[in-house]
Amino acid sequence: MVWGLFVVFATISLIAVGGATSSLNEIHRQLVENHGWLDDRTFGQLFALAQAAPGPNVLAVSLFGYWIAGLPGLAAATAGMLLPASTLAFVIGGLAQRLKGHPALKAINGGLVPLAVGLILAGGLTIAETAASFGWGWAGMTAASAAFVWRTNYSPLWMLACGAVLGLVIGG
Amino acid sequence: MSETVLPTMIVPTRGALFLGYAKAGLFGFGGVAAWARRIIVEERRWLTEREYAEVLGLGQVLPGPNVGNAAVMIGRRFHGLSGALCASAGLYIGPLCILLLLATFYEAYGQTPRIGALMQGIAAAAAGMVIGTAIKMGSRLKPPPEMIALGILAAVMAFWWRVPLPLIILGLGPIGIFCAHRRQVRPVAG
Repeated sequence: MVWGLFVVFATISLIAVGGATSSLNEIHRQLVENHGWLDDRTFGQLFALAQAAPGPNVLAVSLFGYWIAGLPGLAAATAGMLLPASTLAFVIGGLAQRLKGHPALKAINGGLVPLAVGLILAGGLTIAETAASFGWGWAGMTAASAAFVWRTNYSPLWMLACGAVLGLVIGG
Repeated sequence: MSETVLPTMIVPTRGALFLGYAKAGLFGFGGVAAWARRIIVEERRWLTEREYAEVLGLGQVLPGPNVGNAAVMIGRRFHGLSGALCASAGLYIGPLCILLLLATFYEAYGQTPRIGALMQGIAAAAAGMVIGTAIKMGSRLKPPPEMIALGILAAVMAFWWRVPLPLIILGLGPIGIFCAHRRQVRPVAG
């Protein structure tokens, strides 16, 4: 099963353009429908738990592995998800360094910048939508935090702390 | 703003790569890209705004997590394989430990409403942080109008239309590259 986890995630790793969130459907299909390693409910709860924790979203995969097969499962799922993609990034990174200054690479780099920025914006809006679904007051918190990060250079941790306190006061 | 006077860039040591990415990982609620940018561009000045956006863009079109791919490429740029390993280890190890703790806690206590409310408040603020980061990057990069339109289109497709990410990249990536190419060969005003 541990080897199986590695193979499943190594395969997903190479098709997962956009990381774990965009390949969540495929991960669900493999773990829940094909292999029956997790049930639907557990899958959803584990994913929510991983979202709540800090760090790259891809680590949801580690949590799935841990739940299915303990620490060996965690290691297999994480390595499977990260190694192939990271190796590819390493090779491409080297290539990009060697071609530095080449007009074709400049065009590729420059042309992908709007995608990187636009997709960050979309990611923020998606989390904001979820937060606002608990009450529109939260949209105000989101707007205040966006203005704070945009217009000042203070640490965003202040805003996260504000959010945590407000959450406890209002919801707790 | 003092931002416009850029001090000299700094080459991080391997330890600094590890620690910088560890901070990005541990603070990275709701996505690490915003924190990684703050640390790499604003706090420690390893890369310029443009360099970071370019690495992130490249990381986005490759399979796997974009910040993870960016960590590999930024680590490699400064210290080769060992740099890539240091940056990646920093990025993943801290959050993994927290996740294991959370999982254990979750098994033991389940979902208490108080924790739920706290997480909800943090999520609302983190969403704002991510949005603010996108606006800040956009304004500091001073993109030409067609690039602004492309960025907004990417956000609209991903957020409102829920277009799968690979399709967005396949659809808009070539257009962006074509626009950037045209700017290079015929740098027109506007």
